[in-house]
Amino acid sequence: MSTPHKLPRSSSFRVVDVIGTAAGGLGSRKLRTVLSALGITIGIGAMVAVLGLSRSGSAELEDRIAALGTNLLRVTAGQGFGGGDATLPEDAVAMISRIGPVESVSAVGTVDQSVLLNDLVNPNQTGGLSVKTAESNLVVALNGSVDVGRFLDDTTGTATTTVLGSVAAERLGVRDIDGTQVLIGGEWFTVVGVLNSFDDDTDDVDTSLFNDLDRAAFIGPDIAEALFETPRNPDTIYVRSNEAFIDDVIGVLPGTADPESPEEVEVVRPSDALEAQEAASSTFDNLFLGLGAVALLVGGIGIANVMVIAVIERRNEIGLRRALGATRAHIRRQFLLEALLLSALGGVAGVLLGAAVTALWADRQGWRVVIPPEAIGGGLIAAVLIGALAGLYPAVRAARLAPTEALRAS
Amino acid sequence: MNVTGTPPDDYPALELIDVVKEYPGAPPVRALDGVNLSVAQGELAAIVGPSGSGKSTMLHVMGTLDRPTSGSVRIAGHEVSSLSDRRLSAVRSALVGFVFQQFFLLDGDSAIDNVATGLLYSGEPLRKRRAAAATTLDRVGLGHRLHHRPNELSGGERQRVAIARALVARPALVLADEPTGNLDSKTSDSIQQLLHELHDEGATIIVVTHDNDLADSLPRQVRFRDGRIEHDSAWVSQ
Repeated sequence: MSTPHKLPRSSSFRVVDVIGTAAGGLGSRKLRTVLSALGITIGIGAMVAVLGLSRSGSAELEDRIAALGTNLLRVTAGQGFGGGDATLPEDAVAMISRIGPVESVSAVGTVDQSVLLNDLVNPNQTGGLSVKTAESNLVVALNGSVDVGRFLDDTTGTATTTVLGSVAAERLGVRDIDGTQVLIGGEWFTVVGVLNSFDDDTDDVDTSLFNDLDRAAFIGPDIAEALFETPRNPDTIYVRSNEAFIDDVIGVLPGTADPESPEEVEVVRPSDALEAQEAASSTFDNLFLGLGAVALLVGGIGIANVMVIAVIERRNEIGLRRALGATRAHIRRQFLLEALLLSALGGVAGVLLGAAVTALWADRQGWRVVIPPEAIGGGLIAAVLIGALAGLYPAVRAARLAPTEALRAS
Repeated sequence: MNVTGTPPDDYPALELIDVVKEYPGAPPVRALDGVNLSVAQGELAAIVGPSGSGKSTMLHVMGTLDRPTSGSVRIAGHEVSSLSDRRLSAVRSALVGFVFQQFFLLDGDSAIDNVATGLLYSGEPLRKRRAAAATTLDRVGLGHRLHHRPNELSGGERQRVAIARALVARPALVLADEPTGNLDSKTSDSIQQLLHELHDEGATIIVVTHDNDLADSLPRQVRFRDGRIEHDSAWVSQ
């Protein structure tokens, strides 16, 4: 031991060793580490899931709005003052077509008959299906599409032929159109086409904006009039307008559609309903984000609590480390990093949990899975900030402990 | 105070000159009352005394865990009595090794990692720390227990790990605080034996104890009473 002992200016604690020591401290108390990180996991998980689900839901609504087009208007007769279903005047379509910015107009009327698969079925069991008259441009006007066959045209619209909406085809068990016939109002009609759902982007038939059309069997107005004496008054008119003038069009539509009783005409912009849904869901988002923030706060307090206890419990370890040459700063760094790792661990687990919940739920809803990167980044940053805040006080306390005090037998 | 025949060109491992340590109070408690002590390099000495004699304070002051109220403390020739907390940490990391009665091993770490902790604050990379730890564990007779955790080791083995940790940085001075206090007599004897072996290899070791038997088995005894050195066996040989 005759080698000269040089005194370094300071002891040193390499960054990798700080990390290793902090990780080791957590690793040797696994259960406690997991339990105390859990609060952060739940908080971050909730926030990521809320943001992810709301974004996935919005993406879904945006897709539907895009498919629908924001320039579509629906004109209905509404309820007459005397009660009962009012109808629109026969020449409403022609009148509306004359409005300058209107690009296309298509009318649907009600046929007071039922559609049945065959004559063995009880005519009163309509299965919620209806018969409607449609013009040949209906599918185009609504951005719809034909699944099998074709839609009614000028020829088939005057014959005993029908085209089934998606739900109607399903309920009637019609899958192909090879001479399939259905019974409408006691007359055999040949099925020439089956449509896709008009609101194709949602799997949920009940929330479909065109529920009524999907459940309809369409026939031409001429044949309806000829066979069933159906009046030619439409009850719903779909209007595509130049989007720039849509407010003006909405303004003049009631008076144009029914000059005698414009107050009974109802004009709806279907995309508004979706946009309202989007707005409504974002108010819930704020609620859940708030709950997530509370969970996060509780998680942060949990970590602070665990770290304060750790400093008391590990007094001897702190004393030992001071005796081995750790400076106050080294002790502070170790405990701060432990808190940071703890919350980062919780944060990563929370992001994974939130993403998993989003993916599972969105998948179940048939939505596009959207996990916003800012939710992932924000979640991790929030976790680390909370860890820093929660760890600061315990770390400072650990560092302030005098070595002689810390080494006292507990 | 150069009483043990230190070679003139060599400084003592530890030198205390007129060291006073007072704790505030009314009246203040004087735990060390003018202590002069020199321990040469390679010595194995006991600081012995009943509780309250000031030997714990001695341990703290010698180990730079606490500063004296007045007087001079030199370790391997370095004056340490007025250094900042940061500099004192450097002294402890490079010049002083500690052995505690309660071992103070880290439960989650294997023997080799516990010993390597003795070099943690030296800035050495892990590979070198582990290599030095393995060598030192071998030296205390635990070369076959490198990867056992403290709860898999006997009390004597744990204390050997703690001694290896104190030695691994090759300090100028090893301070052992009641190193056999938590051990049965048979294990105590083996630890005593180990201290002698390390002494023979050249380590400077000061054992702080209230155990007269342990103290008497060592080459030198410094007896404390009421904060003063009551008797130092080195005086006799003078």
